[in-house]
Amino acid sequence: MSGINNRKLVIAVIGLIILMLTLIGCPAQQSMVGTDDAAQKVYVAPGTYDEFYAFMSGGFSGQVTVHGLPSGRLIKTIPVFSVFPENGYGFSEETKPMLNTSFGFVPWDDAHHPELSQTSGTPDGRWLFINANNTTRVARINLASFETDEIIEIPNAAGNHASPFVTMNTEYVVASTRFSVPIPQKDVPISTYKENFDGTITFIRVDPESGRMTIAFQIIVPGFNYDLAHAGKGPSHGWAFFTSYNTEQANTLLEVNASQNDKDFVAAVNWKLAEQYLAEGKAKDMSASYVNNHMNGSSRIVETEKHTSVKVLSPKDCPGLIYYLPTPKSPHGVDVDPSGEYIVAGGKLAAVIPVHSFSKMQKAIEDKLFEGDVDGIPVLKYESVVAGEVQNPGLGPLHTEFDGKGYAYTSAFISSEIVKWKLGTWEVVDRIPTYYSIGHLMIPGGDSQKPWGKYVVALNKITKDRYLPTGPELAHAAQLIDISGEKMKLLLDFPTMGEPHYAQGIAAELLMKNQTKMFPIEGNTHPQATKSEAESRVERKGNEVHVYMTTIRTHFSPDNIEGIKLGDKVFFHVTNLEQDWDVPHGFAVQGALNAELLIMPGETRTLVWEPARVGVFPFYCTDFCSALHQEMQGYVRVSPGNSSVAITYGTGK
Amino acid sequence: MRKIAKRLFAGAALLLIITYFVPLWSISLEAPQYPEGIGLYIWVNKITGKNPHDLKNINGLNHYIGMKEIHPESIPELRVMPWILGFFVVSGLVGSIAFPQRFLSFWLALLILISVIGLVDFYVWEYDYGHDLNPKAAIKVPGMSYQPPLIGSKQLLNMRTSSWPHIGGWAILISISLAGFALFYDKKEITA
Repeated sequence: MSGINNRKLVIAVIGLIILMLTLIGCPAQQSMVGTDDAAQKVYVAPGTYDEFYAFMSGGFSGQVTVHGLPSGRLIKTIPVFSVFPENGYGFSEETKPMLNTSFGFVPWDDAHHPELSQTSGTPDGRWLFINANNTTRVARINLASFETDEIIEIPNAAGNHASPFVTMNTEYVVASTRFSVPIPQKDVPISTYKENFDGTITFIRVDPESGRMTIAFQIIVPGFNYDLAHAGKGPSHGWAFFTSYNTEQANTLLEVNASQNDKDFVAAVNWKLAEQYLAEGKAKDMSASYVNNHMNGSSRIVETEKHTSVKVLSPKDCPGLIYYLPTPKSPHGVDVDPSGEYIVAGGKLAAVIPVHSFSKMQKAIEDKLFEGDVDGIPVLKYESVVAGEVQNPGLGPLHTEFDGKGYAYTSAFISSEIVKWKLGTWEVVDRIPTYYSIGHLMIPGGDSQKPWGKYVVALNKITKDRYLPTGPELAHAAQLIDISGEKMKLLLDFPTMGEPHYAQGIAAELLMKNQTKMFPIEGNTHPQATKSEAESRVERKGNEVHVYMTTIRTHFSPDNIEGIKLGDKVFFHVTNLEQDWDVPHGFAVQGALNAELLIMPGETRTLVWEPARVGVFPFYCTDFCSALHQEMQGYVRVSPGNSSVAITYGTGK
Repeated sequence: MRKIAKRLFAGAALLLIITYFVPLWSISLEAPQYPEGIGLYIWVNKITGKNPHDLKNINGLNHYIGMKEIHPESIPELRVMPWILGFFVVSGLVGSIAFPQRFLSFWLALLILISVIGLVDFYVWEYDYGHDLNPKAAIKVPGMSYQPPLIGSKQLLNMRTSSWPHIGGWAILISISLAGFALFYDKKEITA
């Protein structure tokens, strides 16, 4: 009897041990991927191309990185708001003005949301816009040259976060204040926030041909934190939606004080009506100081325009311009579905995802279903505008993208997952963990009317153990997830630079056909261009020395320069005479306190060098250009300030 | 001449007009670092790159081996050739209407002769470019010359060089054939 009991006990114990080992060996959070299948789906064979370009915001790097999807390969860093010594952006005389602001030269910023230009609600592959959150600006990147063509500063703003989302035909790019401030700025106690602080919502007009940006108008709004935005499309075209939090108007310890109200607002702005009010002269001219920096297409020199005034609308004078849609708990993302009917708000502390209906909103406005107003802005009744609530959507819902097949994908930061749900029925149909703590997510075209609903990219905030450890500072982790089937499938982890916030994706073929390979030398209108070796020369103007230099495989002209004196300011105007694909030349000179130049074929770039010592200093090509690249060098002789050495120069003499 | 022979002769003459609009000859260079291709077209009156900057870039590449730069404006044949071909077009058209069979024989023989002279001249230019190298060239391979093939392909260092007639060249060959057929039919008619 006791023998049998013992045997049962032994079996039970062995069984428990086996169960325990199985559970230990199988971490619950790991989704089990058929790795062979996944590898095949992300494999891009050598010499073949990725299907999509992905543009990732560089976050605190201030730049944009370009990846291929589905491989995740990093293809390029586009310098935008931060200097980039790698190619001289922000160091060369031509590009320095791009970082001018009303505060002066700002060499860094925090770039959050890339947004592709759209035509008829679809990414058209012409431009990419991105916001600078810190010193409030919006940049426009040219997608033929993958360069920053223009940056406009946003006046009367602080923390340009709800930006730069575009309207259906890129009529406007929006900007806003995440940080309300005194407008215009003035010296007041911080504790007078409620009396003295305001927000602004800005509409930047985009020229449909050139892409040039101008501040069309600003709307002064109550001093909340305006967080994210998306423009309406289809039936909601003509409107733009902004989330707000801190409707408590706290100015300290916001993590507690701005989390008190049950509902904050989505601000619905009727920009078509704003245009009407503008035409009726309802706007006031307000003095403001801001700049617009633009690269000239043929000289490739950036010019800074200063502006001193802006048109401002006040909701009090403009009935119907803005309505507030109550939205639970400090909403973050606001995303409009491809049909343009549903407005999804990610209440980051809410237990549900509220989805507002544009048609219900129109009806509620008509029927005046208001529960009050804030500074003349009517607050609509929640029940009168909400179409539905997604129950159990994960903790900390932030952003939503769409696949164009009737499903929405919402990132949940706290529960670290993507939740897939159905538009209309609001039921959750699938969920997949992310590693770790996802912020934004991106489906190529996923905020447009025609998403390419094949992949979603998770842009995670925490990396920890996903890659080989690299000390305390880690790369960020993006994850590629297949959404072509009913169940989401994790395919790939890949690292990203800076902290990517939002991202955009577009079918590669839309951009490939427009690519610039070089700049035609005959079209170079730079005033210091040297279009042939015969024109290369050195000229002294007082204590400025201008070197008109050319590069071609594999020499500089001139490559021997004498007659420079201590105290001189030497301008190397280097023109790359090459007209061959992928043959840039570099220029670096010893002791330069700035950076190198990387000069594309046909272009002229200028580096300033102020020699600090007497002697002979080499300069050389930094970009391996040919078999004789190592021979591509020269010398510049620096004599004492009182020397009588004359300017002489030449190559091969 | 028989009607058919006259028509063929006129066709042969007219076909030569094509040579004013398309290249006669193509030289293409293939190298690993030029996936997009690089090469030259020889026209009746000019030499051009296959892509906008190819001539400049080929001259740039050739300077490493000390080859002279190709300057089309310094090649006298390119000034003469349009007149020669123009002569064949006009005389061929007039001859097909007004002149007897003997003129066709003469025209054909002259066109063949000129074509052969053209090819020999082309070979001489190629020989000169391939052998007359700057002694101070950066890349010198003992015993190596860089003459491109007259027709066909040849490996020259990293470049696979291919030389073939282009549409204009084929047009001349077809023109010769048409004139040949014209003569053949006309003679057959007379002897029959």
